[in-house]
Parts: sequence; structure tokens; C-alpha cells
Amino acid sequence: MPARGYHLSKDELGADILEVAMGPHHPSTHGVFRMDLKLDGETVVDLKPIFGYLHRNHEKLAEDIPYLGCMPFTDRLDYLCGMTNNWAFALSAEQLIEIEIPERAQYIRVICAELTRLINHCLLVGFFINDLGALGTPLLYALREREKILDLFETLSGARMMVNYMRFGGVRCDLPDGWLQECERIVGRFPAFLDEYETLLKDNEIVITRSQNVGVLTQEEATNFSITGPMLRASGVNYDIRKVDKYGIYDRFDFKVPIGAHGDCYDRFMVRMLEMRESIKILKQAIADIPEGPIMGNEPRVFKPDPQETYGRIESPKGELGFYLIADGTTNPYRYKVRPPSFVNLTALRHMCIGHKVADAVIILGSIDIVLGEVDR
Amino acid sequence: MSEVNHVLVTQQFPEVEWEEKNSCFIVPSEKATEVVTWLKEHPAFRLDYLSCVSGADYLDSEVKTKEKNEDGKMEVTITQVPAKMEAVYHFFSIEKKTGPVLLKQRCMDRDNPVVQSLTPIYRGAELMEREVYDLYGIHFTDHPDLRRILMWPNFEHYPMRKDYVIPNDYDYEPTPHDEVIERARERRAQLEGGSM
Amino acid sequence: MSLIAKGILQGMAVTAKNFIQSYYKKERLPTVEYPEEKSTVNQFTRNIPFLVYDGEDEIEGMRCTACKLCEKACPPQCIYIIKDTDENDKPIKRPKVFDIDSSVCMSCQLCVEVCPFESIRMDSEFELSNENRFEGLLINRDELLKSNEYYHEIHPIEAQETDDRIAAKIAEAETKKKAREEKARLAAEAKQAAAAMKAAEEAAAETETSATEQAQQSEAKAEAPEDNPETKNT
Ligand code: SF4
Ligand code: SF4
Repeated sequence: MPARGYHLSKDELGADILEVAMGPHHPSTHGVFRMDLKLDGETVVDLKPIFGYLHRNHEKLAEDIPYLGCMPFTDRLDYLCGMTNNWAFALSAEQLIEIEIPERAQYIRVICAELTRLINHCLLVGFFINDLGALGTPLLYALREREKILDLFETLSGARMMVNYMRFGGVRCDLPDGWLQECERIVGRFPAFLDEYETLLKDNEIVITRSQNVGVLTQEEATNFSITGPMLRASGVNYDIRKVDKYGIYDRFDFKVPIGAHGDCYDRFMVRMLEMRESIKILKQAIADIPEGPIMGNEPRVFKPDPQETYGRIESPKGELGFYLIADGTTNPYRYKVRPPSFVNLTALRHMCIGHKVADAVIILGSIDIVLGEVDR
Repeated sequence: MSEVNHVLVTQQFPEVEWEEKNSCFIVPSEKATEVVTWLKEHPAFRLDYLSCVSGADYLDSEVKTKEKNEDGKMEVTITQVPAKMEAVYHFFSIEKKTGPVLLKQRCMDRDNPVVQSLTPIYRGAELMEREVYDLYGIHFTDHPDLRRILMWPNFEHYPMRKDYVIPNDYDYEPTPHDEVIERARERRAQLEGGSM
Repeated sequence: MSLIAKGILQGMAVTAKNFIQSYYKKERLPTVEYPEEKSTVNQFTRNIPFLVYDGEDEIEGMRCTACKLCEKACPPQCIYIIKDTDENDKPIKRPKVFDIDSSVCMSCQLCVEVCPFESIRMDSEFELSNENRFEGLLINRDELLKSNEYYHEIHPIEAQETDDRIAAKIAEAETKKKAREEKARLAAEAKQAAAAMKAAEEAAAETETSATEQAQQSEAKAEAPEDNPETKNT
């Protein structure tokens, strides 16, 4: 991909390759993340992602605490999507002990996960526009909408982000009175916000010129780079774990999987916009169908699964979030491995950035949707 | 979870072992590239997507199995399990929508574990293999850029190994936690002293 | 040029709409100017745990029995408990030290879930900043103890449920106790009856007794020893 626009190479300028350390503290790196860039003029010729600034060896920590004790720690992985992290871990641990999850709990899980997807995507789009240079305003509109859903989570679980809500065999507590109605109201208003947001951005010439044909990943490259989530689908690969694995009760809902055609930053952003609309569809169905009943199976708080291995994965808003657990017959996991989607998606960063301008590297990073709590663990 | 047609693989590659318990393939490192390329191309598998690379560390251990013998008495057999290190790969097929297929490269030499890198075939493995190298010290031959990734470059140990002891030889920032524990202890001692 | 302006102008229109509506629509401007103005705290909010006591006296009404279940369940290990002792160095069911390190506590609520005595609950106090990074953030027992009324104030629904549960527990214990007493009483009566029977039997053995009377006596005898072990059990 050649860089567009007027450009002088280093030979024309009689200059050298310039090395720039972008980050760790830089507003566009979404946390403490560093890119060591080699620049020829303004064009990126090489890029090294450097991270680990937030590393806390989450996996080692988990080996010393019982399975349930790991649950609050999973909230802190991708701190924007506590609910889906909880679910992924609960799903893997439930495979170890093989318990039934009551109907109502399944529905609550789906509702929470889709609300999380709304939060994550609308925030991501806000940050993406922020990276494009529209500092603040569109991001704050996204934050304003997110706040309403966070209030829902607070009413449900007591915390806005560190929810610690799901349990093995169900969820911690039942929906409070009036929660579903409130949720329905917020979900019902969400499309209006999306419409507004889309007019703000979709046809905006600056957005289009800055993001189309930037950071292109072809279908083959995307699979080969183990890209998952909206980024993979933006490259035109129809792969959504909700449809493939049908974990939980996702086979009961009618929804589509948006696919992009070009695999560039603009497609990634549009795929997320469309995904939000599909999430709203799922939410509406789930709210209409949710049955009454128990919310927990009767599972002990501390359990000793037989020695075995399991890998459970879900479609988190960022991609495939997997937990690989090895049980050794004690109350603590022997090995607890997180497969973080944004960490793996970063693999393609160098490939996508080379040949583009420095300013584009920022957008490409933004379109990957990283959260450093998850990348560094 | 779909059934894995393991017979096909073990017929093609007699070196590959099929472990029933965890339904995974144990692949010798020399053969890994070949086996994986074959799995990627073969129409019955088409494993085009490498989802997850993890390390696992096992120390020397004893496994006790209890069985009833003829007299109805419990008999305990102790089997020695030698120490080993594993690099575990989870594959899925995006094309056929199947998976996971587990593949393990095992090394019995814990002091100097070396396995074959799959990054030349699946570029997505790059960062994940680096992470395994960083945390477990498993070397991946043919990896394009094997450096530390989460720990800092001159860190010497491999923190996820089971025999890792937290070293006490570097300056670490005193956290409120440590201090507070200390002070809580002091107060406890004070209170105990006072009550006597 | 006109083409370039179109998308941008659309965007501008949205921004302008938001700007103008923010003057009169709460929807568009939900922020408040903290600290002059505070938004209401949701009654389900959880932050740092506290200990509930009943009645007036903090120490007497303390629900906590220092069973240390919460200490064990806390994932980051930020609770420290020491059991209290009386004058004769006998442990009593009350904590002498109950410290929560609020710089480490991650508000996960696992301690609340394990507590069998409904003693530890989550507070919704959020202004916890302190000048001292160490002792200031270590919350000790006396600071943690808060009355049941306070609990009702911050989490009305949850507190009511807890109270109902405790009341149900007490009522259950009451009925059990009553049943036990009733049983004991019945058993004692039966014993008495048996003793009376025995005396009567002895008396009757001296005189001649009819066959029917004998049968009745043996029945009564059979009843009595059956009741006796139960009295012992209770
Ligand atoms: S809320 Fe969680 S971290 Fe805090 S004291 Fe309770 S168990 Fe420990
Ligand atoms: S707070 Fe509850 S769990 Fe903790 S020691 Fe007291 S009674 Fe036990």
C-alpha cells in the first residue's frame, strides 16, 4: 500500500531514518502502550509494538486462588467489558464441572453480554473519531450513552465496570424490580442515538479520506494473523462464535452477522456500527422472551473438578475471548490461560502500518480496539 | 465440540501420538511444521485458524490411583510422572467451522526446552509464542523475533514456571499493601501486648 | 467543494442540535458539577465492606462472630481478623481486630456472599480519599462498624431482605426450640406415666389382674422406652 498524498522520501530530503518512540504515554495509545516507529520522512517503514507496562501476571495469580476467586480478577482484564469476561470464564469452568444453567440465567447472560457489546462498540467508535482528530465531542456523546447502560449494570450488580456478576451455574442475583423495563426503554432509544451518531460520521469526508484504504487486511491475511471479532469480519470473513459455537442460547435469536468488503479502517468502524444494531435486535428478543424461574443451579462455592483440560471461548466485543483451564483435582486451577482478543489482534499492527503515514498508524491502532488491561494482563 | 478424526492423522504420521484423555495430538518438534501444514491443507481438517498458544509446566509428580482389587480392598498405585513442558496449540477451522483441535509439542527437558515455532505458517502465533517464551522459557526455533514481551528485556527468570520463586534481589516499589500488612501486624502485636 | 461540505455540515448540525438542547434537556446534558452538586447514589452500589451491628451498642450488637470465613474467601487477602478473648483468655465470638485494607480491597463482594451471619455488607460511601497512604487507608473495626439503620438507609431493599431472613431464622429457631421443649415435656410426661404405670403394675402384681389390663400395661411400657431416647437426644 503506497502512501498517498504528497511525500518526500528521505533520499530526496537528504535525511536519515528517524526513530520515534510513540508512547507509553500518548493519548492515542489507549493506555500505556508504546510503538517504536522507524520513519522515512513521514512514512512508517518499521514498527515494533512494545507493551507489558501493565503486566501483573494475572495467570500466575489465578493459580493460587480458588476458581470463584478468579472471577473478580477477570473483570479487570478488559475493563470495559466485565460481563463478557465473566461469561467466558464461567463458560470454561462450567465445562469442567458440567452443570446445567437455568433458563432465566441464560437470558440474563445474553442481555448483559449484548449490553456490553453496545458499550464497547459505541465507546470504540468514539475513540476512533477522537484518534481521527475530532477531539472530545463525539467521544463524549458516546460516553453519555454508555453511562445509561453502566447505570443499568450498577443497579444489577452493584458496580459499573467491575461487575463480578456471573457465577458458575448462573448469575449472582436476580434482576431488581423494574430493571427489565428500564433496560427496554434504554435499548429502545439506542437506535435514535445510533442514527444521530452515524450522520455525524458516516458521510463525513474527513472520516472517509482518512480511514478508507488505510490499514487494509485481506481475507487470507486476517485468518492467518488469527484476527478475530469485528476486525476479522470487516475483512470479509464470516465467522462469529455466537453463530459457530452457539454457546449459551444464541441459537434462539435471529440476528445477522455484518461483514465488511475491504478490510480497511472504515469497514471496521462500519461493521461495529452495524453490529450494535444487531445487538439491539438480540436484546429486544431476549427481553421479550425472558422466562421466570431460578437464576442459579445448585453448585457448591468451592469445588474440585477432576483432572482435565478445557478451552471455552465466547465472542467478546473485541473478538474471541478464550479461557484455557487445566484442572488437577484441587480447588485451584493448575493452569489458567487467557486468550485475549486484543493482544492477538495486535500481531497484525506492524503489517498494517508499514507504508502508511504516522498519523495513520494512530487510526489503525484505534481500529484494532485494544484495551491494555487485557493485552498486558 | 466436534469429534476429531485422529486416525487419519496417526495413519499419515505414525510419529504423532493421540492422547485420548485430553483429545489432543502430541507432535514431535521435528515433525511439527510438516504435520501442521498437512492439517492446514487437508480437506478433512482445513485448520486455517490458530486460536491460542499456551505454555504449560509440569514438575515431577506422583499420581495416586485408587482401585479396588479382588478382595474389595482399596489398593493405591503410585505412578511417577516425569517433569515436562508443553506448548499447546488450539486450532479451529474457519472454513469448515469446526474445532478445536489440540496439538501439543512436548519437551521432557525442562532446563532447556526447545520446540518448533509455527509462526512461519500461522503469523498470528508470533506474539503468543513470544509470550510463552517470556513466561515459560520455551524456545521456539525459527521464530522471527523471539524476545521478551511482557517482562522487561533484562529480566532473567521465567515467572510462570511452577518452581519460580519470587526473587528478593531487586528494588521494588513499596506498595501500600506490604506496608499496611506490616503495620497491621505491629498493631496486632501492640494490642496483644496491651491486653496481657 | 460543495460535496466536501455536505457530510461535514451534517455533522455540524448534529453538534449544534446537541449544544442547543443541552440547555433545556436533561437527556443531552446529564452531568452535574461535583462537588458542589452531587448526583444520587444508586441504592445497589457497592464499594467497601462494613460491619453491621444491631441496636445501640456497637460492641454488644455486633453480628460478626469472627468465624474468619470472609478472611479466607477474600481473593486479594485484605481482611485481618483476630478473635477477642474474655478476662480468662477464653476466646469469645467477637473480633478484637477487624481490619480491611481499602487500598487493596477490590469491592468484589465475595466476603459478603460467604458471611453466614449477615454481618459484613457493602457500603456505598465513595469519598474515601485520605492524606495518609498507609494507616489512613487501613480501616479498622470501629470505623467499619455501622448500625443497621445506616444499612437500611443506603440499601433499603437489601437490608429489608436481610432483616426478614434474620427474623425468619430466629422464628425458625424459636419454633424448633418450642418443638424441642414440647417434645421434652411430652417425653417427661410419658416417663411419668410410665413410672406411674410401673408403680401400678407393681401394685397390681400383688393382686390378681385381668388379661385386658395386662395388655394395656405392656402397651404403655412399650411407649415409654421409645420416648426416652429422644429426650436424651434433645
Ligand atoms: S469486597 Fe472483596 S476484596 Fe474487598 S474485603 Fe470483601 S472479599 Fe476482600
Ligand atoms: S464478617 Fe461474617 S464471615 Fe467475616 S468473620 Fe464476621 S461473621 Fe465471619
